[in-house]
Amino acid sequence: MMSDIPQREAYGHALAAYGEVNPKVVVLDADTSSSTLTHFFGSKFPDRFYNVGIAEPCMVDFGVGLSLGGFVPFVNAFAAFLSLRAVEQVRTCVAYAETNVKLVGHYAGVSDYKDGPTHNCVVDLAVMRSLPNMTVIVPADNHQIVQWIPVIAEYEGPVYFRMSRDKSLLVHPVDVKPVIGKAVTLREGSDVALIANGAMLGRTLLAADRLAQMGIQSRVVEVHTLKPLDVDAICEAAALTGAIVTAEEHTIIGGLGSAVAEAIAEHYPVPLQRVGIMDRFPVTAKDAELLMDYMGLSVDDIVKAATEVIQRK
Amino acid sequence: MSYLCESRILELEEIARQLRIESIKMIYKRGSGHPGGALSAAEIIAVLFFDTLNLDPKNPKWEDRDRFFLSKGHASAVLYAAMSKRGFFPEEDLTHWGELDCHLQGHPDRVKTPGIEMSAGPLGHGLAVGAGNAMAARKTGKKYRTYVLLGDGEIQAGIVWEGANVAAKYHLNNLTAILDYNDVQLDGAVHDIMPLDPLADKWRAFNWHVIEINGHNIRQIREALDTAGEIHNQPTIIIAHTTKGKGISYMENDARWHGAVPKPDQYEQALVELKRGGNYDE
Repeated sequence: MMSDIPQREAYGHALAAYGEVNPKVVVLDADTSSSTLTHFFGSKFPDRFYNVGIAEPCMVDFGVGLSLGGFVPFVNAFAAFLSLRAVEQVRTCVAYAETNVKLVGHYAGVSDYKDGPTHNCVVDLAVMRSLPNMTVIVPADNHQIVQWIPVIAEYEGPVYFRMSRDKSLLVHPVDVKPVIGKAVTLREGSDVALIANGAMLGRTLLAADRLAQMGIQSRVVEVHTLKPLDVDAICEAAALTGAIVTAEEHTIIGGLGSAVAEAIAEHYPVPLQRVGIMDRFPVTAKDAELLMDYMGLSVDDIVKAATEVIQRK
Repeated sequence: MSYLCESRILELEEIARQLRIESIKMIYKRGSGHPGGALSAAEIIAVLFFDTLNLDPKNPKWEDRDRFFLSKGHASAVLYAAMSKRGFFPEEDLTHWGELDCHLQGHPDRVKTPGIEMSAGPLGHGLAVGAGNAMAARKTGKKYRTYVLLGDGEIQAGIVWEGANVAAKYHLNNLTAILDYNDVQLDGAVHDIMPLDPLADKWRAFNWHVIEINGHNIRQIREALDTAGEIHNQPTIIIAHTTKGKGISYMENDARWHGAVPKPDQYEQALVELKRGGNYDE
């Protein structure tokens, strides 16, 4: 059942399935294929799978070379290492050189709760969003992960695709095809707009239920594509509600909250409150859900932010 | 492997001489650039672009072309000079190098300049990118070869050795690296800043086939490239011993000319010396 498996497992199976459809897809990993679950693809298509060892920068460049030769490489590593250790390769050889490379950052956010702050990654979106030519996508649930894989493979150009190690709540039906750069309104409401992506989208919908019980009607918008940003949908939400809360499994600096703040500050200023990680490193924990709560990403945190931001209207 | 007759060697030597002159003219006109490492690579570039590489300048994306990656991107002047001479873009463009609306960037840019296979600048990318490209060629059943020109200071970067590992793991014998070993980098002598020796042994230990040559000797360059094409099961590196700033007396072996521009009197002297030509077989 899609609701029972972690994002990485949905990704691993979907990528292996898509490998049959698209012979141009090749998959690279850096000694993490049993974590990212790209080994599903690797065991099915051993001659289209490259494990380069613990060498993320080399993996990116090797993938670039494969893309120059006509393949569509999915380059997989922990987000912390792909977006930081290999960022110069990503900047120069993927973003600047406009190569058709799909970067998949795994164990993102705080989902690698047991390995601790070095393996968590709450800065990847800030890094990737700052690079010209980069498309940045944060899928919300397993159904969408399955749908996104062909979309990003068939899009010509650099993509960063963010994967959680953990489960996330199912929020989408099985067959909805996402469109790059097109936000999705999941719930109508005029008191406040809740804008979220990734694992925080499910939590945001739970917060909207709670707010409804309090008599507050929320408009819930999924901004799965951080770049290119759907400024129109964000401004529409601002216009219809007059107050916005953003929710992301990422530092509040440079991610979804920042992107929304930039958009509304320039085009449609309304009060904004950001739910995210408050400029600090995560900690080691025994459970990802608990760690999210601990880091200020709980349903309560979203509800509280919504009630506060409404006061500022 | 085909025989390189004496007249052909003289032709390629003449091309190398012209590439040096053009590189210095470009750097002087632009007021910036990297003369030392452009001059040291002139014979290597001449043999590649005017003898070895199978290219179609009128169809720079021809899928069966050989691929050349200039990993030491700061030697862009000599690459641009060779590519324009080969017909990828008008020689007139060279005089606009660095101007805001000119496609020729400080370092090569695959998006802006036709025929540039890969953007470069930050050192170390070429080998891993080249390895990926060589793998793509093998997977698609293409016979083209992939060539990567590395600088010696460049191979101080760890990413180069990550790339070396990958190329050896997959036995990419359709990949040839050429090392422009002039022993001078930005801050001084390579052997002082971060010694590379025992260099050939290092590459052998990484399971590469190693050929050492005089990188200013046309016949040796050509024969090494031919030999690389006949090696089974291993990528090849050609360690080409060269002289930084080759052909201009006051630039030779002097780190100050890594990225400096001659003054007017120095420029005149440079042109006189280059037009006179040197003995490239030293």
